[in-house]
Amino acid sequence: MTSEFEPRIVGFLCNWCSYAGADLAGTSRTSYAPNIRIIRVPCSGRVDPLFIAKAFQEGADGVMVLGCHPGDCHYVEGNYHARRRFAVMHRLLDYLGVDKGRVMLEWVSASEGARFARVVNEFTDRVRQLGPAKRPVHSFQVAGNR
Amino acid sequence: MPRIGVFVCHCGTNIAATVDCGGVAEAARGFPGVVHATDFTYLCAEAGQRKIQDAIAEHRLNRVVVASCSPRMHEPTFRKAVAQAGLNPYLMEMANIREHCSWVHADRQVATAKATEIIRMVVAKVARNEPLTAKQVGLTKKLLVIGGGIAGIQAALDVANAGHQVTLVERTPTIGGKMAMLDKTFPTLDCSACILTPRMVELSQHPNIELRTYAEVLSVKGFVGNFEVEILQKARKVNHLTCTGCGTCWQKCPEKNVPSEFDVGMGRRTAIYIPFPQAVPNKPVIDTANCRYVRHLAAKERGEKLMECRVCEKLCPTKSIDWEQKDEIIVDRFGAIIVANGYDTFDHSVYGEYGYGKYPDVITGLQLERLMNASGPTKGEVVRPSDGKHPHSVVFLACVGSRDDKVGRPYCSKICCMYTAKHALMLKEHDPNIQTYVFYIDIRAAGRGYEEFVRRVQEEYGSTYIRGRVSWIYPQDGKLMIKGEDTLLGRPVEVEADLVVLATGITAAKGAVDLMQTIGISYDTYGFINEMHPKLRPVETNTDGVYLAGCASGPKDIPDSVSQASAAAVKVCGLFSQDYLTTDPMTSVVDQMKCVGCFLCEEVCPFRAVERETLRGGKVVARINESVCKGCGLCVAACRGEALNLKGFTDQQLLAQVTALLRA
Repeated sequence: MTSEFEPRIVGFLCNWCSYAGADLAGTSRTSYAPNIRIIRVPCSGRVDPLFIAKAFQEGADGVMVLGCHPGDCHYVEGNYHARRRFAVMHRLLDYLGVDKGRVMLEWVSASEGARFARVVNEFTDRVRQLGPAKRPVHSFQVAGNR
Repeated sequence: MPRIGVFVCHCGTNIAATVDCGGVAEAARGFPGVVHATDFTYLCAEAGQRKIQDAIAEHRLNRVVVASCSPRMHEPTFRKAVAQAGLNPYLMEMANIREHCSWVHADRQVATAKATEIIRMVVAKVARNEPLTAKQVGLTKKLLVIGGGIAGIQAALDVANAGHQVTLVERTPTIGGKMAMLDKTFPTLDCSACILTPRMVELSQHPNIELRTYAEVLSVKGFVGNFEVEILQKARKVNHLTCTGCGTCWQKCPEKNVPSEFDVGMGRRTAIYIPFPQAVPNKPVIDTANCRYVRHLAAKERGEKLMECRVCEKLCPTKSIDWEQKDEIIVDRFGAIIVANGYDTFDHSVYGEYGYGKYPDVITGLQLERLMNASGPTKGEVVRPSDGKHPHSVVFLACVGSRDDKVGRPYCSKICCMYTAKHALMLKEHDPNIQTYVFYIDIRAAGRGYEEFVRRVQEEYGSTYIRGRVSWIYPQDGKLMIKGEDTLLGRPVEVEADLVVLATGITAAKGAVDLMQTIGISYDTYGFINEMHPKLRPVETNTDGVYLAGCASGPKDIPDSVSQASAAAVKVCGLFSQDYLTTDPMTSVVDQMKCVGCFLCEEVCPFRAVERETLRGGKVVARINESVCKGCGLCVAACRGEALNLKGFTDQQLLAQVTALLRA
């Protein structure tokens, strides 16, 4: 792996905690790896596992899903659903031929700007070491032709 | 066809210092659907907003991307700006190139490239935005208060005084709650009844308040502004319209040996009763479990014989005894609900070392209140329940069922330190020769005049405070021996006492969890309501239109409960000041053609927004109640048949962002 490789990372951030945490990292001028591209979602529970699969299919090297800490969900229990779906998604990754290290579910609160930066840096390093991702072995159609 | 305008903000130098805004705008012109792109120093300023509005007109834009700060900052500003230019406000999206880019990356090249990509993603999203319209729904300006303690009373009075209709539902035969059972209140030593009963009377006579005691909430349907509530009015067997509360019946009732709930078992009451002399309403109910006539009727049915009684019926001057009265279910509509269901004290019988609740002279703080109260069972004489003698040495144990992981109550009950100090003081006032000892872990006396009060009890009233837990209480020669440890001196202590008072902590009210589930609000492991936000929204629940007050959300003293009640009342008045409620249009929506009726969505929805609708062919499909839906999208991710989508965050919009980023 050359040291020039810069992974492309997609981050699905819940609006109420993690997106605000990323905002706080900005407000406090906490620098972090620039690889992540943030997609704002209302809740980590909004993230369909297919979004993650789709990201890899399109050429992402890593996908992060960040939500509120357990018990803090703005929608009461959305992050618990996210966690369960994520567990199932994890098993699907082998089938797709995607290294499990390329996906991450983490909790970042609105007050954790520094933690957001740390989590992003750690994940970026991890994915950088894994190298460029291969497209999933099994191509699949996301129903409804999205 | 989307005609997208992209506006890149410099934010002074906040963005422009690290992002080449002109270059980014230039690049944006090449993105699919973009017909106009430009940059400006401050888009949020009036001139900036006008620049957007002029461009909408000039370039016939039907989509706008504002690349500037976080949408959490200025989304409302720019939505309003485009709306003024005649565009649907939901056709504007923000690209966050400040917090998520210029402020966190120093390298101009990196930041410029990233900003460009961020905008490209948002352009792809906005191309798929649909115009959304906020819906308006009417509301019923009537409040339901659940619980008639001081919190419920205060909330009901505040809202009623603001001119709104209020119904207060209380499960016991009287309002007043726990405060009515107290003798004095700390730290001012106000007579509890003297300050509370005028409020109770005011409530019962208020023209805007309907009082329903001896009633419970059975079911809650609907949503903010339009709750439909079933209330169970339990049969009192007394016609309260004709009853004058003269008292003949409860004075003459022969069944006099029922343990009084109000006196926490320290006193007895009759089968037809009012809980205490100043009860509101001051009219009796018949406790059918103990009434001799009701038991006679039941026995007759079984073919057994039991003496008929009907003394109350014979003596009632207004013929108000109504044996035919049945439980009744009332259905009413409310716009808001305040839950003030209060608390219960911890059941100390789980503590084997304190005698499993079996020693008659080991009582709780609430029982001592009743003994000290002039209208209590002993007319204010503090005596030992076992032999009726005056105690000379009284030991208090703090933190019984508080700060104790062993019994599953790790939290602090907040009021026990103070009420124990009050008890130690009051006992000394009752009998200056009495000696009091307090076993405590820490003294928690945060509050105005609280710490001073505890000091006074120790210094002026000579109460002996011993820091440490008690390991064992056992009876010996008609007295109680208390073995514990003085952790400050580091040695065991043994105290002989005539009476032991346990400062039992606050637990969620009996049936609290059932009530929360009935209403559909979230609660913690102890049965206390979870606030919408513990710091900034402390009197709101996670369900719009349902508010909380008092110990429903955890231990509180009277001033805190009253403050919360008034705070909740203000929230209700704010809600009721509107004639229509505007709902956020970013809700889930069902494609009923695709819906297979599995109702997984119903299962995952935390807000009960999913309803069932039967189509003409008989197929049952999901429908989203847009007034209830909060737009979390849980159902959308759960839907197997892709029948659901979330307006504003559709699958198509989100996936378009992924594709726009990675395919470029």
